Amino acid sequence: MIEHFSYIVTVFLMIAGLYIVIARGNLIKKLVGLSIFQTSVYLLYLAPGKLLGGTAPILAPAYGVYSNPLPHVLILTAIVVGVATLALGLALAVRIREVYGTIEEDEILALDHRIEEAEEQGEERRA
Amino acid sequence: MVKRFIALVLVLAVGGLFAVLLATYAPDAELNQTARYYAQRTAQDLGAANIVTAIIVTYRGLDTLGEVTVLFLAATIVGLVLSQGGQSGTPARGRVPVGELLTTGSRYLAPLILLLGVYVFVNGHLTPGGGFQGGAIIASGTLLLLLADPLRRFGHRLIAAVESVAGVVYVLIGLLGLILAGGFLDNRILPTGALGALFSAGAIPLIYVLIGLKVGAEVSSMLVSLAETDAETREEA
Repeated sequence: MIEHFSYIVTVFLMIAGLYIVIARGNLIKKLVGLSIFQTSVYLLYLAPGKLLGGTAPILAPAYGVYSNPLPHVLILTAIVVGVATLALGLALAVRIREVYGTIEEDEILALDHRIEEAEEQGEERRA
Repeated sequence: MVKRFIALVLVLAVGGLFAVLLATYAPDAELNQTARYYAQRTAQDLGAANIVTAIIVTYRGLDTLGEVTVLFLAATIVGLVLSQGGQSGTPARGRVPVGELLTTGSRYLAPLILLLGVYVFVNGHLTPGGGFQGGAIIASGTLLLLLADPLRRFGHRLIAAVESVAGVVYVLIGLLGLILAGGFLDNRILPTGALGALFSAGAIPLIYVLIGLKVGAEVSSMLVSLAETDAETREEA
């Protein structure tokens, strides 16, 4: 049980994040869910990179066994790109809030639907 | 309701899949071939103590240049998207005043946070950390200043200048590596020095300082762009 602790946390965060992304209508909450899901992917890569008895991959005379440095490198890139996409998503949410006055997905869709109907009626009247 | 139930089933299926995958995973007893190459060669090739830094800045330096470009593009697009809105710039009414603790605390903490950020990226080749982490710490200092005074305006021109100068010098150092050493972004244009010393590992500390400044400026510019829309949206609500 205890040696699988990090894997249990990984799967739990993955489930929680994915559920928030699908089930929540609020765009900010969706982005929070996406971040939680991303965190679980970081753990999914980092936890198996640990070597039995290995230290952090920083060379020092006292240690001979190091953990695998490659997951660290890959996940550093993933974290940076994750921050960039999160900022972009938040910026888009701000703009949606400015234009529609709401960040609830169903309300935005309803507004879009109403605009489409109004346009169709306008075209019929012209024809 | 039905949507939530389908979501729950789907999510549990994905979770179960990964749980089975991880439950059957046995940790390695020794490094695989690629990792072993890096662990054995980093010290004698590049003179950097932190293997992760050596891979990011030198072995896979081109990827890092691309990574920094992604961050730069994201910061630019955030600025572009947010500049489309109406810019009334009037201060919002009914704002909750900032507490005394936060105002005074930020005055003392912000310089220390900046110093910690610089420390983290200057020592990137020796200790855990580096340019991206140090840059994020610097940006958190910007965030603290914005929280203490939400109407504070940062100079966009200064941020843009730091960001572009760091980017150009980074590419120039890479090109110098092409001329003076083995290839693009080769760190051996400067002496590699003794393993574990501050001035060692060739150009790695220099490149990581530039990356730190660039990342700090980019993330700060995203935060400032987001903060500047705050005045308008609050007013509508």
